[in-house]
Amino acid sequence: MRYAETGFNLEVDLSRGNIERVATDPRDTELYLGGLGTNAKILWDRVPPEVEPFSPDNLLIFGAGLLCGTPATGCNRTIVSTISPQTLLMAFSMMGGFWAPELKYAGYDKVIIRGKSPDLVYLWINNDKVEIRDASHLRGKGAGETAELIRQELKEPKAQVAAIGLAGENRVYFASIEQGRSSASRGGIGAVMGDKGLKAVAVRGTKDINIARPAEFMELCSEVLKYIKFRNENPVPGVMPILAGLGSPQEMAVHDEKWHTENFMWGNSRTRRKDFWNQEVAQKWTETLDKMRTRLISCYNCPMKCGATISAPGLPTYMMKCFSKLTYTMAAMSDLDFGLRIAQRATEYGVDGFSAPQVMAFGLELYEAGILTDQDMAGMPSVNEERFYWLLDRIVRREGIGDVLANGTHWAAQQIGKGADAYAHNNIKKHEQLPLKLSMLNPIYFLMYATGEKINITQIEGQFPQAPFATREEREAFVKDWFQVPDEKFKHYLLDWEPRGEKSIPYYPTVEMSCHIVDWQERMHYIDDALGMCSGLSSFPLKPPYHIHNYPKFISAGAGIDMDEAKLTQAAKRYRTLVRAINIRRGMRRADEKPPENHWKKRFPELEKELLDTYYEFKGWNSQGIPTKASLHEFGLDYVAEDFVKRGILTDSEDEPSEKTSVEKELK
Amino acid sequence: MGEKKKKIVKTIRVDVDKCNGCRACEVACSAFHAAPQYSSNNPARSRIRVIRDPLKDIYVPVYAGEHAKSECMGRDKYTIDGKEYDECAFCRASCPSRDLFKEPDSGLPLKCDMCESDPALSEPLCVQWCLADALIYEEREEEVEEEVKAEELETGLESLVNKYGMDKLMETVARMSISKKG
Repeated sequence: MRYAETGFNLEVDLSRGNIERVATDPRDTELYLGGLGTNAKILWDRVPPEVEPFSPDNLLIFGAGLLCGTPATGCNRTIVSTISPQTLLMAFSMMGGFWAPELKYAGYDKVIIRGKSPDLVYLWINNDKVEIRDASHLRGKGAGETAELIRQELKEPKAQVAAIGLAGENRVYFASIEQGRSSASRGGIGAVMGDKGLKAVAVRGTKDINIARPAEFMELCSEVLKYIKFRNENPVPGVMPILAGLGSPQEMAVHDEKWHTENFMWGNSRTRRKDFWNQEVAQKWTETLDKMRTRLISCYNCPMKCGATISAPGLPTYMMKCFSKLTYTMAAMSDLDFGLRIAQRATEYGVDGFSAPQVMAFGLELYEAGILTDQDMAGMPSVNEERFYWLLDRIVRREGIGDVLANGTHWAAQQIGKGADAYAHNNIKKHEQLPLKLSMLNPIYFLMYATGEKINITQIEGQFPQAPFATREEREAFVKDWFQVPDEKFKHYLLDWEPRGEKSIPYYPTVEMSCHIVDWQERMHYIDDALGMCSGLSSFPLKPPYHIHNYPKFISAGAGIDMDEAKLTQAAKRYRTLVRAINIRRGMRRADEKPPENHWKKRFPELEKELLDTYYEFKGWNSQGIPTKASLHEFGLDYVAEDFVKRGILTDSEDEPSEKTSVEKELK
Repeated sequence: MGEKKKKIVKTIRVDVDKCNGCRACEVACSAFHAAPQYSSNNPARSRIRVIRDPLKDIYVPVYAGEHAKSECMGRDKYTIDGKEYDECAFCRASCPSRDLFKEPDSGLPLKCDMCESDPALSEPLCVQWCLADALIYEEREEEVEEEVKAEELETGLESLVNKYGMDKLMETVARMSISKKG
């Protein structure tokens, strides 16, 4: 019997209308766990680098995490993987909500979509019965609207629906897949879904997920619940409120936005407004949120309330989470009322809440700079806020200038020319980043920004405090109950870390320490992404309930796979390397691994070089960031090494690349 | 002239305003009632269901009650504070009119047993797993009179005598008692 997983994937070929239920190899589970890990294995095996994002041969994989559907609290992530039209690299955005557990109960670990449907369709998975159904009547409908209509027409109120809106249908490069209170937004995976002619995937399941060692597993779950309770009652002192607790940053719950509004950038990630937050703003924004927020809500089997239902007067109710609360507001230099209202439309259209506002602000900046002309912007209203609605409507319909902006700031700048690329200033690997500009280079963050392949800082940071505590006493208090560390050395790193002086950034934590810290932080995210765990209970917050010490027990008792910390670390390294291998094979190199020029004012080129050199070596990658034959062998990835040699990425005699390529190439 | 007896009344106070719709109660319930205990998980087997419609702000945990062999003659549909609830939304019965509270494989009815077990739990598992405090367990002792409802029985029999006659009634009772024993 298979435990925790179902042992079956659903293979759907939309070109031929073929559906198959395929048994999976349990050895792959041991090597790559599930979720992201096994998604990466499938993409490596079946999507060669010649395959373009909008090719029928590109795969769109909805993978439920290994422990989704078990009672493990907060384990509800669907990891959606494909080749991104924006970065041309592997995208592995994830969504919480209720979809992944439902898929498990229907009897599948993954849905693997290939081909392209000639007509718009949706997939209906009802236990063993799976149908490709006509969706022509859903064309142009909002993502949330689509979910409601599908539930109604199927007469299945309990079906969970992941759907795209107009943005996905029109292949906007930052289109999301929306699913109730959650979305898989980054990397433009909604565009790939739209390209495949797939409007939605609805799923309903009523089967069992088995647990290998039931009593032990439930005991682990109870401990986690107990610790969540403890952490909710005991926030971490000395850090800003959104980092003190568990879950995603509690944006839906908090009113005090002084920190975000005064430290994050406004407009096209340009302007810092240091005295923005005053009593008048606080009062107005509090009123807005209180008026529009109906309830704080959760994902499947999780006590944290990171999302909310938002009902703006005169608009349909929608669900929101996290920082999209402020991204539209700040891009438009407007207020919260505007931000929550336009987010309703943006959510129905299905666009990424980070990229979309930034792209619109970028467009307006180009207009102000005279690079985009009145002709380009013909018909644009004069009022600032209305311009954002106008641009959003054009982008998702790909009308006029919207057709250009729909490709994101990087590709739009290439197309527009005339120096527009200087305005696409906040990208890494062609992908818009958090609107954050800082003063002093932080060595830990430098490495995370440069080498993170999820290309979003929140999806690699966590665990280790973002800044040093002011006093030794505070540090000692912090490390006292810091049992989540994989090694005692991390406590010493923190204890010695000073805000100023010799032991402060950028030279402390040292290069070597920074490598270890980044490696730990990244490892926890990769483990979460394979198990389906929300990073809000694990890799993202300080002192989380899930960590490297109890995860092996969860996997052993839940999935029946003999696991310990070393073996789990090795597995995470294996599929993390495989993700890199996929991107390397698609042309990613050292030149692509750099944070935006202006991310920090004070830069240290020599130190940065040393950081990257040392980290690459530490990870078993050569000077171009390519995994070496020796490290590939160590992870049991000899098949990757063989492929690299065959393609001339590595040579037989040495590990240096025979030819330097870059991912810079135009989309067809 | 009844005898006074002590009875434990078990209540789960459901505060729908506090429900965050996470369905941890369903998870805990289906795991607890799996055989062997905790060996599998499947909310479709749960004896508690969260009626959940976030866009309408509807979140109501409902417990499985007694099985009803036939459906009601009519159905109810409530609107409370402007929120329209589904037909029979609050009903606890598993009945032929819907698939709620039935084993997904066999269709056999499910019923909440307050997690009765040996050793007993401190409180039902769904309550323990509800960190939102939407479910609160309470026990109270009540004194109830164990009545011998002779009068009620007599009234009922009297009407049968009137309808069928005393002889017919006695004959039937005799035949029933033989067939039950035999």
